[in-house]
Amino acid sequence: MPTASALLQYVISGATVGSTYGLAALGFTVIYNTAGIINFAQGEFVMLGGMLAVFALRWGGVPLPLAVPLAVLAVTVVGIMVNRVTIRPVRGRSPLTLIIITIGVSILLRGGAMLIFGKDTFALPAFSGGGPIQVGGAALLPQSLWVFGITLLTVLGMKFFFEHTLTGKAMLACSSDRKAASLMGIHVDFMVTLSFAFSAFVGAVGGVILAPITLTAYDAGILLGLKGFAACILGGLGNPFGAVIGGILLGILESLGAGFISSGYKDAVAFIIMLGLLFWRPSGLFGGSQAERV
Amino acid sequence: MNRKAVWFGFVFVFAMLLGAIAQAVEPVKIGAVFSVTGPASFLGEPKRNTVKMLEADINRSGGILGRPVEFIVYDDESDATKTVTAVDRLIKKDRVAAIIGPSISGNTLAVIPKAGAEKIPLISCAAAKKITSPVHPYIFKVAPSDLLAAKRIFQDMKNRKLAKVAIITASDGYGAGGREDMKELAPQMGISIVADEVYGPKDTDMTAQLTKIKGTDAQAIVCWGTNPGPAVIARNRVQLGIKTPLYMSSGVASKKFIELAGAENAEGILLPAARLIVEPQIPADHPQKKVIVNYIKDYEGKYKQPVSTFGGHAHDAVGILVQAIKDANSTDPKAIRDALEKVKGFQGTWGEFNFTPEEHTGLTEEAFVMVKIVNGDWQMLK
Amino acid sequence: MKSQVLRNNAWLLAFAAVAALPLVLPNDYYLTVLIVGGLYTILSIGLNLLMGYAGQASLGHAAFYGLSAYTTGILAVTYQWPVWAGILAGLALSSLVSYLIAVPTLKLRGNYLAMGTLGFGVIVFIVLNEATSVTGGPSGFTGIPKLSIGGKEFSSDLEYYYVVWAAVLLLFALSRNLVRSRMGRALRAIHTSETAASALGVDTQRYKIFVFVLSAFYAAVAGVLYAHYVTFVSPGTFGFPTSILLVTMVVLGGMASLWGAVLGALFLTLLPEWLRAIEHFDILVYGAILVLCMMFLPGGLAEGAQKAWDASLSLFRKKGAAAEEGGGQ
Repeated sequence: MPTASALLQYVISGATVGSTYGLAALGFTVIYNTAGIINFAQGEFVMLGGMLAVFALRWGGVPLPLAVPLAVLAVTVVGIMVNRVTIRPVRGRSPLTLIIITIGVSILLRGGAMLIFGKDTFALPAFSGGGPIQVGGAALLPQSLWVFGITLLTVLGMKFFFEHTLTGKAMLACSSDRKAASLMGIHVDFMVTLSFAFSAFVGAVGGVILAPITLTAYDAGILLGLKGFAACILGGLGNPFGAVIGGILLGILESLGAGFISSGYKDAVAFIIMLGLLFWRPSGLFGGSQAERV
Repeated sequence: MNRKAVWFGFVFVFAMLLGAIAQAVEPVKIGAVFSVTGPASFLGEPKRNTVKMLEADINRSGGILGRPVEFIVYDDESDATKTVTAVDRLIKKDRVAAIIGPSISGNTLAVIPKAGAEKIPLISCAAAKKITSPVHPYIFKVAPSDLLAAKRIFQDMKNRKLAKVAIITASDGYGAGGREDMKELAPQMGISIVADEVYGPKDTDMTAQLTKIKGTDAQAIVCWGTNPGPAVIARNRVQLGIKTPLYMSSGVASKKFIELAGAENAEGILLPAARLIVEPQIPADHPQKKVIVNYIKDYEGKYKQPVSTFGGHAHDAVGILVQAIKDANSTDPKAIRDALEKVKGFQGTWGEFNFTPEEHTGLTEEAFVMVKIVNGDWQMLK
Repeated sequence: MKSQVLRNNAWLLAFAAVAALPLVLPNDYYLTVLIVGGLYTILSIGLNLLMGYAGQASLGHAAFYGLSAYTTGILAVTYQWPVWAGILAGLALSSLVSYLIAVPTLKLRGNYLAMGTLGFGVIVFIVLNEATSVTGGPSGFTGIPKLSIGGKEFSSDLEYYYVVWAAVLLLFALSRNLVRSRMGRALRAIHTSETAASALGVDTQRYKIFVFVLSAFYAAVAGVLYAHYVTFVSPGTFGFPTSILLVTMVVLGGMASLWGAVLGALFLTLLPEWLRAIEHFDILVYGAILVLCMMFLPGGLAEGAQKAWDASLSLFRKKGAAAEEGGGQ
């Protein structure tokens, strides 16, 4: 019989991994809101965050506290470049065309990372030392606290940005109606660039804070992209906070599935529950009912 | 005798010579298919490098049967369908005499019908025992079966009087193969499996599985997978404060594993591995000492990166194939196949190979030594 | 009238091309590539009916491909069923499962539908991977017999090439008739606006379910042909990356264009083979070609081919004086 401490352990582990799903999901949401597309290269931003930090540390000899923000900044620039080179020149095309372009971009980023960094897996040192902390019989890594703290900060920062700054409100306006936003004098192109910068930023943050726990490799982005997409749909597409909650929920579901049902089928369990939720609420947990244009 | 006839004779002999030279210059073509990219690239890349290195070596020392050798290496991207087209290309377009690879079991099983039907000898570098049992006349392999590694682990457990084991395996071909073998072998060796957990090869957190194992009365944990999963498990085990001894499979026998897990988390882990990784601890008079030392020196000298036991499979496969071609004195696939079955006492990096018509693997459990990780390094157990 | 004749000729031409192609191939290896290409063509024609015509995304299409491949393989090996019976069972099972999935899933819209089908694909993959005692698990299921019908075994690549491409032609013709029928118009109406179609009296849910099942059936045909060709199946062939590849084939080829589906499938099958020469960098070139094609050919390869065709035609017409009309499509 699983004990209370085992249950707590499942929840803690699940929430830690779920935080990256959440941050990847947040990235999906931000781009979806302004550009109306699903960016399949989102997982690659997460991967690049972790990998660049590792390589700044190893090859560049940059100390960790500097390597982490440097990596995040570099990925943000990559995000802007992706938009500038591949999305903006063909803006206005059908979303599906743009989505396939992002698939191509993800192949390019992954291939580039493979050629530059090699095919090995790498570990990033934890941000702070010390052994696991015991909480009610469950073990909690100090790095998990970093993960929770930084995720929370990022979400709060986003909330503030979208609700209390003019730029943030303008970005939200693009999401509800691009044409109207443009007529109101909002520079839609700039907003899309900003959204790519943002989503690359949060993706990279997710990548660097989790790399010390989960290790990273050039192909780590595929799974994270998949889970992140699932999380943002679960939370309700377009809702940034729903996305993060969706991610954490997905992580906990997987962990509980492994603990109580079967570790082999844990992802299947998580997806079955998710499909059930979707059939019950076709626009995700926190998504508003979809208004459809006729 | 008129002049015309002399000239004719001269030209005729010259033409014959030219023909012979052209014949001699025609290289011996050998195909290779490895997973150079994709999830199994850690297996395929050192193999590709090894084959390329040996190609240069062989040609520098005069080639095979007086002809240069050409290795045509294709990447199967760790994908079964791509492996089928790659092998087809080697057989029908490049017209190779024999094939080395693929590097993973699933891809090997996918191409056995093809190589078999076209009657081209294939030396797989993958481990599953299904590859050579039942024996197919044209299919050989150089990687020892996982069953032999499992036997080593369970024997070590018995020596330590540990009878209850929890197994945690990756849900890929390698992990599932090990899981199957352990479940088959355990009852025969008087060991009971008290927990049977699985993780996805790309999973990044195994605390849920380990928490479950922690709640059982297992006296040992055996993890079967390849990097990075086992490294995560080694970290999670220490994080959860589990003191139960941890065994790993031979799939993690590289320094990379210790680096990823961190020396403090890897301390005390036991695993069966090829002698290659404990080269300095092998006695100088050991039959494989020389071949191992040379391989390490050549590989690390050329590629400036640590050698891997997986590359060793390719090294042994090339050596065995070259010997078979020399023995057969022919590059006819049928003749090579016949000669392969007669290779005896071949000293490779993994051990001594002996092939027979009934035995197409050639290695015994002698291929593995038990190794313990102490202070971030390997220590061979006797 | 004239365009009708032309079209019939185009058919004859396609037929002749398929029949004659093996005679001009430099070596038999290309047969294997064309067989695999033919399987992907069947898959992408089916998916194009669903995505291109009815506008419903599926990110789990490889699941139907895999279900039928495994079904026919397992029935033939484990249960010793005759090959034809296993094939029928595989086709039936994939279609049945797709129907059961379609009913709740097709109530979802847009990206939520994509997620629903993706989730289904992941679940099927995990079952194939984990149900080791039935499916052989991650290292695959071996020993599937070659295709044989009525005692005739199609064991050579040449024979199999004709089997696969006969299936391609047949399914292509079926799709062509379908998209030109009342049904096809209804599907396009759903694509344009489901609400409007529904208001006009189109039973949208029924049409969507029909085309979903049909598209799964196409995938199932490819699946059984795969199983009896390679004689080995493993879960990796039918995972999420394959589903994404199929979507890419459809969009790259050209949405709502059957010729586009053929072009997309063949292009993405042949491209990696051509790129083998530049190992290491092949993945970058592959990605770059994908991005550039989508950026500069928004209508896909079908549009590109059409433009090239028109251009060469107008060049030809300028020279010939007999040009009487520039109509047709």
